[in-house]
Amino acid sequence: MNIPVEEIKRELEAHLPDVKLRLIRNSLLIENPEDLTQVALFLKENPKFLLDYLSSVTGADYLNYLESVYHFYSMAKKHGPVVLRVRAPKNNARVPSLVPIYRSAELQEREAFDTFGIIYEGHPDPRRLFMWEEFQGHPLRKDYQQEDAEVLEVADIAWLEARGIKVPDEMKEKAKTLHAAGQRAVAQKPEKPRN
Amino acid sequence: METSQALKNTDAAQILEINFGPQHPSTHGVFRMTVQLEGEKICGLKPVFGYLHRNHEQIAENLPYAAIMAYTDRLDYVNALANNFGYAITIEKLAGLEVPERAEYVRVIMAELARVVNHITVIGFMLNDLGAFFTPLLYAFRERERILDLFEEITGSRLMNNFFRFGGVKRDLTGANLAAIQKIVSKFPAFLKEFEDLLTKNEILCMRCQNIGILSAETATNAGLTGPVLRASGVNYDIRKVDSYSIYDRFDFKIPLGKKGDVYDRYYVRILEIRESLKILDQALAKIPQGEIMNKKALPFLKMPRNFKPPVGEAYGRVESPKGELGFYVVSDGTPQPWRYHVRAPSLINLTILEEMCLGQKIADAIVTLGSIDIVLGETDR
Repeated sequence: MNIPVEEIKRELEAHLPDVKLRLIRNSLLIENPEDLTQVALFLKENPKFLLDYLSSVTGADYLNYLESVYHFYSMAKKHGPVVLRVRAPKNNARVPSLVPIYRSAELQEREAFDTFGIIYEGHPDPRRLFMWEEFQGHPLRKDYQQEDAEVLEVADIAWLEARGIKVPDEMKEKAKTLHAAGQRAVAQKPEKPRN
Repeated sequence: METSQALKNTDAAQILEINFGPQHPSTHGVFRMTVQLEGEKICGLKPVFGYLHRNHEQIAENLPYAAIMAYTDRLDYVNALANNFGYAITIEKLAGLEVPERAEYVRVIMAELARVVNHITVIGFMLNDLGAFFTPLLYAFRERERILDLFEEITGSRLMNNFFRFGGVKRDLTGANLAAIQKIVSKFPAFLKEFEDLLTKNEILCMRCQNIGILSAETATNAGLTGPVLRASGVNYDIRKVDSYSIYDRFDFKIPLGKKGDVYDRYYVRILEIRESLKILDQALAKIPQGEIMNKKALPFLKMPRNFKPPVGEAYGRVESPKGELGFYVVSDGTPQPWRYHVRAPSLINLTILEEMCLGQKIADAIVTLGSIDIVLGETDR
């Protein structure tokens, strides 16, 4: 059973007049990310909606901005989904965390931070979820450059040579130039996606 | 200096921090928990993820839609068919494809068989964690093999089935297949009785499982738990009933609920769910109609998957996988690859409040609690 988005928008505008909303593809975009917490709290506690279950939290990269998407359902009234989204600039993506209201956001917000670099403010444990602490970059962003695993680094060559394994001069040169420039080897993307 | 100071502090000296996993047999592969122990009591627990991380989502964003189907098998490798189901209905929602009647029945039959396989496997492994080494598990595996042989005959593979297609299924069920399924379904209650005689009223099992890992209904809802774990806490929420996706509204089945939300309830809810699945299978086998197994509009995409370009838009599809709500969020930009592809994995989100379930209990009980949640690391780490 679905609730029409227009109805939610009308209800929200009546109760929270300061919040600016926009309809996008059957979902509500909250123009100012700061308002997310009060909108979620209203939808959770209003007896008409009772959205007590936050199913999915995820990010998406739209080149000019990052987006955080939320899918809410109601276990009590058995309806849904209600989709909310907030947008944040790419260089400084800050969105309030929903963990104080919905515990289910805890690991999912950590995942979205790990893969997209969206910082959830107020998260009790804001660490990466899958990658290790020292990892640089956010792999699901469209401009993420993947490392070329076949190019050896200076440390790799030293390790191999200490064990008596010969490394071609060409590889050594490449490692040296990259090391001097302070860069890492970037994998070439195929022009066409793989089939 | 500071360390010796801390050691003199008697409270701190008694707390021992150990890394549980990633190679421990009860962690189902490569899962690690950092556990703080006071004697044998747990006073802190932090799960650590990522050992099986392969960035499934990025791999999928570089592939045509049809090719992702084979990758979804690798999410929850115990029941690949449920993952196929979730992905197929999401893309059908996105592209507006209809599924023929017979294909829907084939899908439901296969998905329910997968649920039976998953639940008996889980119960077997949970008893392994309890210390009942391999006897109950091998009883369960004996029955599981029968169903997996059938899967191999129908789909070509025991585990990585890759059986669903957008707008239908890969292959039709023959009369012989249906008869074989019917035979398994009619013989299964006898096995369940044998299994239950061995376990349900077993004194050791009751003592180890009752009042362990208790989870209240409010916490479970707030933490987004789904599947048998949620229903064992007494929340009546089954996506097969709520969304009635596919053709689940045509079958008569009940949703078994637990009362306390302890490990025993989770075990027993699964036993009851197998019985309900068998009921659905019986009805589906009796009613399955003749007809097409693929939507005609989707047929050309089987040969040329790169021609399949859903219109610009997004879809969120979810199914009741045996582990909980399996959701797929796909954004299409009109090209052969998805712009954004996200999996809402029940195995990951069901671990959100593992710490609360284990606090104050013995370490041996934490292992059983983890076993009763039923995680698969392929899905948790993605």
